[in-house]
Amino acid sequence: MSTAVDLFTCISVGLGAVFFLAGSLGLLRFPDAYTRLHALTKADNLGLALVVIGLLPQAGSLAAGLKLIVIWLLVLLSGAAVSQLIARAARANERRG
Amino acid sequence: MIATAASAGLALLLVALAVWTVVARDALVAISGFIAYGLLIALVWVRLSGIDVALTEAAIGGGLTGALLIGAAARLRSTEAAAHAERCGATTRIVALLLSAAVTLALVLCVFALPHPAPSLASAVQDNIASTGVGNPITAVLLAFRAMDTLLEAIVLVIALLGVWSLGPDRAWGGRPGIRYTADPNGILAYFARVLAPIGVVIAIYIFWAGADHPGGKFQSATLLAAMWLLVQMAGLADAPPIGRRSLRVGLVVGPLAFIAVGFIGSFASGAFLSYPDGWAKPLIIVIEAALLPSLTLVLGLLLAGAPARESSK
Amino acid sequence: MSDFLLGAGIFVLAMVALGLARVGIGPGYADRMMGAQLLGSGAIAVLLLFGAATGESGAVDVALTLALLAAFASIAFVRFAADKARNVADDESPR
Repeated sequence: MSTAVDLFTCISVGLGAVFFLAGSLGLLRFPDAYTRLHALTKADNLGLALVVIGLLPQAGSLAAGLKLIVIWLLVLLSGAAVSQLIARAARANERRG
Repeated sequence: MIATAASAGLALLLVALAVWTVVARDALVAISGFIAYGLLIALVWVRLSGIDVALTEAAIGGGLTGALLIGAAARLRSTEAAAHAERCGATTRIVALLLSAAVTLALVLCVFALPHPAPSLASAVQDNIASTGVGNPITAVLLAFRAMDTLLEAIVLVIALLGVWSLGPDRAWGGRPGIRYTADPNGILAYFARVLAPIGVVIAIYIFWAGADHPGGKFQSATLLAAMWLLVQMAGLADAPPIGRRSLRVGLVVGPLAFIAVGFIGSFASGAFLSYPDGWAKPLIIVIEAALLPSLTLVLGLLLAGAPARESSK
Repeated sequence: MSDFLLGAGIFVLAMVALGLARVGIGPGYADRMMGAQLLGSGAIAVLLLFGAATGESGAVDVALTLALLAAFASIAFVRFAADKARNVADDESPR
């Protein structure tokens, strides 16, 4: 049983790391600010979500598991707000220059 | 093996980031590097099992210091060209580099010359921690064994705030600091502040309460509360209070005053300033922490808000 | 298991360090903010992984604090340093 749980953790964390890789590569290689923002949100939302889901079975107690989920929800919320602000800053920059 | 690789990787990344922050041309780029550096230092503290320090570093370095530096850089932006023109020549920089390298080398040699195992009072703390009633050794040291240092630190923070206030123009004394931020009340920033601030307050209170037996405590909690207050101000949902307001000033001093009062209780009840009578340690510590929390929040929030800039319209 | 989690943590850290390059190059402040944002969520992931690997339960609290303050620097930036003539925080009126 615990090996199945460990396997689940490894797969989920591995996939999360892959999304972080995708996010960083996108941030470096995409041509303009908006597409880079698109890549960034993949790392933020999916990467962290998969890492959190993978670590949930390893959490010691219900409280620890709830904390993990709250962390993910907070990052989702912050990411959503900041993405909007960044996109507007990029557009304001474009209009000006 | 992997653990050493993790630590080595972190250390290399930190050094590279530090070098990049120093040589960056633009002030805002350097500030981004500094904020990133603070986040990575929090990681290092976790690797070293210093969770309380990591919490403080994450809260202050990741949040408040970044906002403070960005505000400062924005105000200095108009003078950046003039500052560039006054840069010192190559000789001065090389001498500075050599001096810094020499100091670093001296520090490294000192660290390697420390005796093994390094002298530490940790066992003495563990022996006596039961008498304080708290489970977290850091809290025991800060509020029971070395409470004097914490008292002086709280007073120093208030004095620092006075220093910041003294930078404002005379006619603005007693007025509100900073500018009045406006934002669309239906916009994304206002929404974000409205949703996050209550969550932040709950989490801050949790960290304050957990400080008794787990990493946490009043300082990290006060930092989070101050950050939420600043967020609400930046979203235009509230304005910075005028510094002449009586309730504000009472709130600032109630923490240190309560701390001093508890100290005098100790000197009457058990002979020495800030000694706790038997069995009263935990309740007195809770009183001190509860009184310091609002004071620290106000101090940190007002330090970030800055000197009074708008005349008081009484 | 803990070795794997440590290794995953190092990998995410390396990825985030790559993203920092965007902070250095990125023309315009929006790109730099994106690099800083990636660093923020990457640091949270690394904290959770390192904490789970070493059994350090306090690391989750540090990650919680970071998650709370993740947006702070970006918002401070938008408020203080972005184009003053245009209030970036406002929703646009439809046209």
